[in-house]
Amino acid sequence: MTHWVKVAPLNEIPALGARIVRSKGIEIGVFRLEDDRIFAINNQCPHKGGPLSEGIVYGDKIACPMHSWKISLIDGKAEEPDVGQTACFNTKVENGFVYLELKDPELKDLEL
Amino acid sequence: MKLVVVGNGMAGMRTVEELLKIAPELYDITVFGDEPYPNYNRIMLSPVLANEQTVDDIILNTREWYAEHNITLYTNARINKIDRKNRVVYTEDGTSAEYDRLLLATGSKPFMLPIPGKDLEGVIGYRDIKDTNEMIATAKTHKHAVVIGGGLLGLEAANGLKIQGMEVTVVHKNEWLLEKQLDKTAGKMLQKNLEAKGLNFLLQKNTELLIGDTPDANGKCRVKTARFTDGLEIAADLVVMAIGIRPNFALAESAGIYCNKGIVVNDTMQTYDPRIYAVGECVAHRGISYGLVAPLFEMAKVCATHLANFGIGLYKGSVTSTKLKVTGIDLFSAGDFTGDSDTEEIVLHDAVGGIYKKLVIKNDKIIGGVLYGDTTDGSWYFQMLRDGKAIHEIRDHLMFGQDSLGNTGHQGQNKAAAMNNEMEVCGCNGVCKGTIVKAIQDQGLFTIDDVKKQTKAGSSCGSCVGLVEQILASTLGGGYAPPSTSKAICGCSDKNHEEVRAEIRAHKYLNIPDAMKGMAWRTPNGCATCRPALNYYLLSSWPHEAVDDPQSRFINERVHANIQKDGTFSVIPRMYGGVTTPDQLRKIADVADKYAVPMVKVTGGQRIDLLGVKKEDLMGMWKDLDMPSGYAYAKGIRTVKTCVGSEFCRFGTQNSTQMGIDIEKAFDHMWAPHKVKFAVSGCPRNCAESGIKDVGIIGVDSGWEIYVGGNGGIKTEAAQFLCKVKGHDEVLEYSGAFIQIYREEARYLDRTVHWIERVGLEYVKQRILEDSEGRKAAYERLLFALQGVVDPWAERVNNRDKHKEFETISV
Ligand code: SRM
Ligand SMILES: Cc1cc2nc3c(=O)[nH]c(=O)nc-3n(C[C@H](O)[C@H](O)[C@H](O)COP(=O)(O)OP(=O)(O)OC[C@H]3O[C@@H](n4cnc5c(N)ncnc54)[C@H](O)[C@@H]3O)c2cc1C
Ligand code: SF4
Ligand code: FES
Repeated sequence: MTHWVKVAPLNEIPALGARIVRSKGIEIGVFRLEDDRIFAINNQCPHKGGPLSEGIVYGDKIACPMHSWKISLIDGKAEEPDVGQTACFNTKVENGFVYLELKDPELKDLEL
Repeated sequence: MKLVVVGNGMAGMRTVEELLKIAPELYDITVFGDEPYPNYNRIMLSPVLANEQTVDDIILNTREWYAEHNITLYTNARINKIDRKNRVVYTEDGTSAEYDRLLLATGSKPFMLPIPGKDLEGVIGYRDIKDTNEMIATAKTHKHAVVIGGGLLGLEAANGLKIQGMEVTVVHKNEWLLEKQLDKTAGKMLQKNLEAKGLNFLLQKNTELLIGDTPDANGKCRVKTARFTDGLEIAADLVVMAIGIRPNFALAESAGIYCNKGIVVNDTMQTYDPRIYAVGECVAHRGISYGLVAPLFEMAKVCATHLANFGIGLYKGSVTSTKLKVTGIDLFSAGDFTGDSDTEEIVLHDAVGGIYKKLVIKNDKIIGGVLYGDTTDGSWYFQMLRDGKAIHEIRDHLMFGQDSLGNTGHQGQNKAAAMNNEMEVCGCNGVCKGTIVKAIQDQGLFTIDDVKKQTKAGSSCGSCVGLVEQILASTLGGGYAPPSTSKAICGCSDKNHEEVRAEIRAHKYLNIPDAMKGMAWRTPNGCATCRPALNYYLLSSWPHEAVDDPQSRFINERVHANIQKDGTFSVIPRMYGGVTTPDQLRKIADVADKYAVPMVKVTGGQRIDLLGVKKEDLMGMWKDLDMPSGYAYAKGIRTVKTCVGSEFCRFGTQNSTQMGIDIEKAFDHMWAPHKVKFAVSGCPRNCAESGIKDVGIIGVDSGWEIYVGGNGGIKTEAAQFLCKVKGHDEVLEYSGAFIQIYREEARYLDRTVHWIERVGLEYVKQRILEDSEGRKAAYERLLFALQGVVDPWAERVNNRDKHKEFETISV
């Protein structure tokens, strides 16, 4: 089952920054790029689970706050030579609000 | 556009790699190489010959790599004509390719002595895989090898042939080996060591001719004997000529491109035909042709920026250094190691221990040197040489090397040579020496950055970078050039820290977007390396005017707490001078209870740490604590440690506790290039450990001594004496001025010790002690910058709705 959930007004997510969204035991990082594009990924670094939402956003990447792996916000993949990937979620912005698409089976896989 | 590359070797392909990094879409690229292989690491031919590597190991770019990058590769394809008018190149068999830009990277050819017999079977140069294979094959069937030339290449060939099982004689016309790299003493030491490995030497001999055997069935004649001008004859089934190389510019010359002992290029690597560029051993740049990879890589970088139409970057020539890649032999040389009447020498010679070091010094700078037996400090000397660093302050211990004492986290090792392959080099990421060597060899790594990226060694706390550098230097030989310290701030710009700061001042940039635009940053919003640095430079250059950008700060500074491994945070309130009260302690205890803090710990900085706090609890906790932030997370003022001092201690001469409190209050909220720690002790017993702090103050009967540039972290450094002052206000003024000049001039992420290492203590003394007006002004600037700054915790507590990022959204 898929559903879109309302997260927050766009202006409550800092540009080149992120907010943490918690849903049923999992944490999702919702990121805003300089050009207001919004991306959402599982808030766990593929390296050692660092909270990606706390990193530095640049271009369309996030530098993990723990050991500086660079993770693509577009596909959740770690930049070479590191390997690993974190799950991504669809997002949209409507009337100034950010929405996140949650799919139940996907969330099940990620539950802690 | 179409780019054609002639020469599929190290310089050409490095240029293509650099180009792909910065302009991946600009060209359709076609590469012609007359060898049957894709690009390989030529310098690793010596380890191949010495049975340490295989040909497969040394391929740098596989055929798949070319395909992945849409590069058309022709191997076994020799270009023999360039039609510049129609912009087409042709191979011998008629294949052609059109170009908009042409890159010539045809390398060089071994120079063959023009003596009778040079064309006999078994007489070869040492340049490529074919030559290497021929040597390995010959060793299986023949006995006697003669290597003509006792230079780097010749000795590496001789060593390899010996390992392949041949009897090897090295013939050299000079009085000692490697005369271009070593002085006589070191050259003789080397000869002795190589003789011990079983090599024979004939010095001061000129080869007159090579005599052949009776022709075989195909009428081919193999070399049998070598004769010298003094009449001596020796058996020779294989003769390797390694007496030098000649730039390979015949193709360019035949196309009418101006050549003079090489393809002549300007500082942008452009030939006299503006559509044609050249890099590598085939060029003559300012009259010099280089035969080592480090300069070729510098050329490649510059050339790529011009091919990419960026129009930046100039190649201005290189100083090179050399190392012989013969396992078990350690030698290093760089620059002018002979000297003349205007130079001085420092020599250390331990004949029994097999160690020889010589540095040549001119006008207080190292201009060259030779190290034999112990090359640990080669890169360090070489870096000082390249940076033109003044040495008078370290002259006394220069010969004893870069004091690596106290460098922790890798079994106390500081000499890579003494380590075996299983020993750990990088204590943070668990990387062993063997892993690093293998990565350098197999993946063709050439710089510290490459090694950091591929192996993670040295990428965390950095304390092992020196070891990694030694491993790199000994694995690559002369192929390694230590980076100059004035390097670009990061990959987003070519400007170094000093240039960035100067432009921020000159153009009065007040925010990051303007600064990036004004300085033509390559990336839309920088990266995690440059943004924090820019943010600091803006704030420190234009206090109260520049806009702080929290998103360009590391998480700790963004939320004013240290992030922990599990994503929780720690809260360390200020306790000025390490002094607390029962009231404060009660408050801390209550807060710890209320928020179920998992651990309460006394820190190494004389205060209390509440560890494991959830991000969403930070605000509430700060409110309940009602204490100022301890900035334990900041590149800024951390702690001022104190001892009990004259108020209580029977030895105390000064009230160090109060002094510490006053300093911590005066400089509270101060940002800096890195963290800044003070300590104040009441007497020379120094219970506050003032000797390892950025600023250490020691009370003595007649006043206060001020020490600067100490560091108790990764590399323990004792603070150096700056001056002695009489009163309390002077302590604040002198130490404040010192810190302000550090804030204005050090590079971001330099601790005070690193900054002083670069500018010299003399410079600091001149600014603080001799220039009293300047000192006062600097102190005033610091006070101005700190005027009216509010505590960040209180600010957030009072403006909760402006700081939504502390709240988690639940859905
Ligand atoms: C809390 C504390 C350890 C303790 O429990 O005692 C500590 C904890 C950390 N130190 Fe430290 N250092 C602490 C005192 C020290 C000291 C001792 C001192 O200050 O007297 C030193 C050596 C003195 C010095 O700095 O010269 C010290 C040298 C370092 C270094 C190496 C700095 C260097 O230039 O070599 C780092 C790494 C860095 O800053 O890049 C570091 C980094 C860290 C970090 C922030 C690691 C990080 O980046 O996350 C640690 C945070 C742990 C956490 O999970 O919260 N810590 N650290 C101490 C806090 C003192 C305070 O009250 O503020
Ligand atoms: C055994 C050995 C050990 C070495 N050790 C070291 C060391 O320790 N440290 C160090 O710094 N340097 C070392 N060098 C030198 C280093 O390898 C060279 O400086 C470097 O390879 C030169 O790069 P290049 O691209 O200019 O030339 P090359 O790498 O020689 O590339 C030129 C290529 O162009 C091809 N070519 C030429 N003409 C044509 C044409 N008309 N058409 C098509 N293709 C053509 C050649 O066949 C060759 O493949 C060593 C060299 C050798 C041989
Ligand atoms: S507190 Fe300091 S020494 Fe201890 S693990 Fe962390 S960084 Fe290392
Ligand atoms: S947890 Fe993200 S880099 Fe280590």
